[in-house]
Amino acid sequence: MIRPIPPGTRDVLPDEMRELRAIQSALLGTFENAGFREVRTPTLEYADALEMADRRSADSAYRFFDERGEMLALRTDMTIPIARLVADRYRDLDPPHRLSYFANAYRAVTPQRGELREFGQAGIELIGVPGPEGTAEVVELLDRSLSAVGLDQAVIGLGEDGLWTALLQDSGAGPETIERSSELLVSHDLVGVERSLRESDELDETAIAQATRLIQLRGGIGILEEARSFGGTGFAEVLDRLTQNFEAISARSLNREVLLDLGMLREIGYYSGSTIEVYDDAVGDVIGGGGRYDDLMNRFGMDLPAAGFTLYIERIHKAQLERGRDV
Amino acid sequence: MFEELRKPGGKLKLAVPRGALLEEVLDLLDSIGIETAEVRGDSRSLVFDGGELIMVTMRPSDVPTYVSAGAADLGITGKDVLLEQSDRPVYELVDLGIGPCRMVLATQKGDVAPSEHQRRLGMMKIATKYKRIAEEYFAEQGRQVELVEVKGSIELAPLVGLADGIVDLVATGRTLAENNLEVREEILSSTGRLVANRVSYRIRRDEVDDLADRLRQVVSGSPGES
Repeated sequence: MIRPIPPGTRDVLPDEMRELRAIQSALLGTFENAGFREVRTPTLEYADALEMADRRSADSAYRFFDERGEMLALRTDMTIPIARLVADRYRDLDPPHRLSYFANAYRAVTPQRGELREFGQAGIELIGVPGPEGTAEVVELLDRSLSAVGLDQAVIGLGEDGLWTALLQDSGAGPETIERSSELLVSHDLVGVERSLRESDELDETAIAQATRLIQLRGGIGILEEARSFGGTGFAEVLDRLTQNFEAISARSLNREVLLDLGMLREIGYYSGSTIEVYDDAVGDVIGGGGRYDDLMNRFGMDLPAAGFTLYIERIHKAQLERGRDV
Repeated sequence: MFEELRKPGGKLKLAVPRGALLEEVLDLLDSIGIETAEVRGDSRSLVFDGGELIMVTMRPSDVPTYVSAGAADLGITGKDVLLEQSDRPVYELVDLGIGPCRMVLATQKGDVAPSEHQRRLGMMKIATKYKRIAEEYFAEQGRQVELVEVKGSIELAPLVGLADGIVDLVATGRTLAENNLEVREEILSSTGRLVANRVSYRIRRDEVDDLADRLRQVVSGSPGES
């Protein structure tokens, strides 16, 4: 008889364990060399503390009561626990703080989708360095980390939260249209986005054409030229921010090109400003992500800008294996 | 060709739905210069070289599974399938306008209207293949239903008393009529869509955009009209 383990969890056998360890030491070594020191936080936290950051992102699927009746939760990522750690333990230390982690996080799964309930994350948090320079430092380290695990073909995508909202506001769209179309954009339904703009009757043809074009713009510096003619002053301001970020990133020597993606809208609620996604065409899924979250520390009572990235260990491993098939 | 299928890079893979949509999909592909004669033949193959891209054929409801996992870069399937499997993330790029159909609530001719039925008994039993769509539709209206999931010939369920009504896709309505059923409420309308994997949409962007643009031009009217 076989004693099952919960769907979405797994036993790791020695051969694979060795490969995962290699990923771990390559990544932690890269983080350490860049001045990011490893921390660990408890797997279990008070549910209240996690939800202070962002109700939706921190909405743990696994919550239970301790012996005193307090509600505990399994963390859904490492960014929120580290924000809590910095706010409480680093109160008297001068920023910036450079921290890294290699840890498991937990999310609910849909059965039979190969989704993981317990999964590994490796990443960094850069707390206290604002705007273009902070973002560029994060992207540069992400670039080196991908190379350290042999994923030279992986692509870093860079977006800017707020582009979509600003363009729609400049075009005269009301809050309802903005909310509805943003939801559709988050679910990647580009046909639905266009339809929702048309049905709202708030945008003229030029504005609709610009909006539907914007979300399809992805590529090199050239796409910024095209976008510059869109919208009004609000949009121009957000686009300038993206341009400055991109220029700061380009000033650093990276092993790969950064792909600008003007239609990127991430689901996680605490992002503000730059958003980052990592792709490798050996894996059909995003293998990492991150960005800026300048308001997150504030929710823990410390007003510091912050940015970071995380890599999904199992998907990194899968990408390595698929690449290995090639050679 | 078989070696190429599992390697990253290489020709784009397009998931082509077998079944009711197939003819129209192949006609569309023909008109943008993709070689489809082999797919039209009676070969047992599942994989076909269409020249610039490789076509992998499957049931329409499997298209989101393959495309979201990146096993196919692009795919064509109905909006009904995409809504039913909205938890599988894919980019929905073009409304191809093909295979128009409606998702409806139908009951036997002569039965009291479903709303009346509901008022009297507070509950209805509905047979469907589209559990998520049906669940959302009734929940939005605050109506209580018990959903019975069946796999084929849903029209049978109300005839033999398994359910009070069905939620199903109709194109012409002929099957309903021949089984003594009639449409009571329309839930949504659906057409075929071009979808793309999230990673291919970025990494293979030039090829993906090129194919989407050519299909958009062939499809009558501007993008987004159906």
